[in-house]
Amino acid sequence: MKKTLLATACLALGTLSGTASADLSVAIAGPMTGQYASAGDQIRKGAEMAIADLNARGGVLGEKLKLEVGDDACDPKQAVSVANTMVNRKIVFMHGHWCSSSTIPASEVYNEADIPMATVSTNPQVTERGLKNIFRIMGRDDQQGLVAGNYIADTFKGKKAAVLDDKSAYGKGLADEIAKAMTAKGMKPTLRESITAGEKDYSGIVTKLKQAGVEVLAYGGYHTEVALILRQAQQAGLKLTVMGGDTMTNSELVTAAGPAADNVMFTFSPDPRKNPDAAPVVEKFRAAKVEPEGYVLYAYAAMQLFDQAATAAKSTKYKDLEKALRGGSFKTVIGTLSFDAKGDQKAPGFVVYRWQGGKYDYAK
Amino acid sequence: MAYALQQLINGLTLGAMYGLIAIGYTMVYGIIGMINFAHGDIFMVSAFIAVTAFTLLAAADVTSVPLALTFVLIVSIFFTSAYGWAVERTAYRPLRGSTRLAPLISAIGMSILLQNTVQLTQGARVKPIPPVIEGGIELWNTPAFTVQIGWSQLLIIVTTLILMVAFTWMITQTPFGRQQRACEQDRTMAALLGVNVDRTISFTFMLGAALAAVAGVMVTVYYGVVDFFIGFLAGIKAFTAAVLGGIGSLPGAMLGGLLIGLIESFWAAYLWPEYKDVATFGILCLVLMLRPSGLLGRPEVEKV
Repeated sequence: MKKTLLATACLALGTLSGTASADLSVAIAGPMTGQYASAGDQIRKGAEMAIADLNARGGVLGEKLKLEVGDDACDPKQAVSVANTMVNRKIVFMHGHWCSSSTIPASEVYNEADIPMATVSTNPQVTERGLKNIFRIMGRDDQQGLVAGNYIADTFKGKKAAVLDDKSAYGKGLADEIAKAMTAKGMKPTLRESITAGEKDYSGIVTKLKQAGVEVLAYGGYHTEVALILRQAQQAGLKLTVMGGDTMTNSELVTAAGPAADNVMFTFSPDPRKNPDAAPVVEKFRAAKVEPEGYVLYAYAAMQLFDQAATAAKSTKYKDLEKALRGGSFKTVIGTLSFDAKGDQKAPGFVVYRWQGGKYDYAK
Repeated sequence: MAYALQQLINGLTLGAMYGLIAIGYTMVYGIIGMINFAHGDIFMVSAFIAVTAFTLLAAADVTSVPLALTFVLIVSIFFTSAYGWAVERTAYRPLRGSTRLAPLISAIGMSILLQNTVQLTQGARVKPIPPVIEGGIELWNTPAFTVQIGWSQLLIIVTTLILMVAFTWMITQTPFGRQQRACEQDRTMAALLGVNVDRTISFTFMLGAALAAVAGVMVTVYYGVVDFFIGFLAGIKAFTAAVLGGIGSLPGAMLGGLLIGLIESFWAAYLWPEYKDVATFGILCLVLMLRPSGLLGRPEVEKV
């Protein structure tokens, strides 16, 4: 008798918890803590605003959205455990992760669990493994590297340029592509080296650049190391122009490098803040005291993407969502998105930017 | 030649900082035979105190660099020593007399505690300060390469030298140094002869922390950015330096620090920078295989 009672109680509990999770769970994941936490912060702010807006409008397919936040600290091992947690929480859509080295292993988990995902990771491998659930809303390193490499070869003809990376999946991928594009245009890099990210002392490599007479440095990696290299180059009496990737959008670069940041150029998708359709959303962010820089609007767009795909498919089942995402064209704050068979965005387009007095704008 | 000289200066600067931190490891090992894994994080805390002090000074419109540096050094040494004392008092003293592993585990716990506390209270972002000391002197001007030593590099090397002299004097000539050495040799005997062992150990921790504080201020001035994670790598490198020089030996710690700084910068200069850490730790393995007690360490005599 007692056992039956217990079993009934368990069943009752089960049904209770079943009905309690009626909301649709969507998730973001990225480095919420650790060295690159400011990028995670941008993603979170963008996603939170998007969810609030969608819920205010009545949710998606009549159901309210609930945001789950995963912190992978850009650590591949942690990323996989975040992915498992998210699968257990029964999310229907994922925006993340941020570091390519996290996105690649985590996406295998989401793929097995039939969860569609939108990512801003730029390593080519992200979409080259034949996974059907990935949709990249940003360009790829090979496109990014091509734009950066060509720009260096055209603009700095006759100067000595070095290519450096931080040995990460993202950094090395980008640096290799830049070097390839430069060489194809007849400008062979004077030096091609790697450094260890997370250190503070780069005086050794800075001295090496100075010895080689390098004036232009193409760097594949994150902004924290660039800030240190620039600062130490200035102390060593070396004037460097740096060309980096999309990670240089972080305004932390300016606080850490000081005025030397004016020598940093980078490739990034055309600024979504300049998109006229995005103006009301940009206003809204600014009113909430959030500057919609870097990845903020991308996270917002990822949630819009989910909303429009689910509405078009009239379902949040993986099969229907996947079909809708692959076939459709979506109007978001970062422009109109549509995807090819691999899941890459059809019209990525990278532009060269330059930091100037604490702000960045298209380089002339 | 000029290039090698420049790399020598870079290596000495880096090595001096490793050496200052390494002394904290080696002294604590000498006196209680444990590796204080929280020492790297004590160094990180001191860098944060330095950033706070610099920010306060900037708010108070203090522009004189020597005045600012002295103030920051004093503040940082004071608070960091307090941290060193508190860590010993709370995490290690209650475990004295238990197994050797117990304080080691509590040291790792302390390290995580300090790191996470700083991350949560100060944020995960890097904390920059505007350049404090700019410029330097051109030592040698060849057509191909100009050798430069920055004022901040010079400051680091000179401060380390002065501290080393003062420190050697303190250990060899003062009553405290005598007590410290007595505790190192035989704690029970020292206690029987009227040495306050607990106080001596506390003081050793504070001294180690004070030297780490000097390194913390120097790092802040030289690199200009700190984050909650800097203690980890610096701690590992300094610990390696202490082992390389012979753990327990004070001149050994300094020598080990300088060697690691030099190996790092010369390896990066002439070979492959990406294999810099492999080289550092490879050389450590080699030295330990040939001289298990380190370069200047005394082999431990097992009493049977």
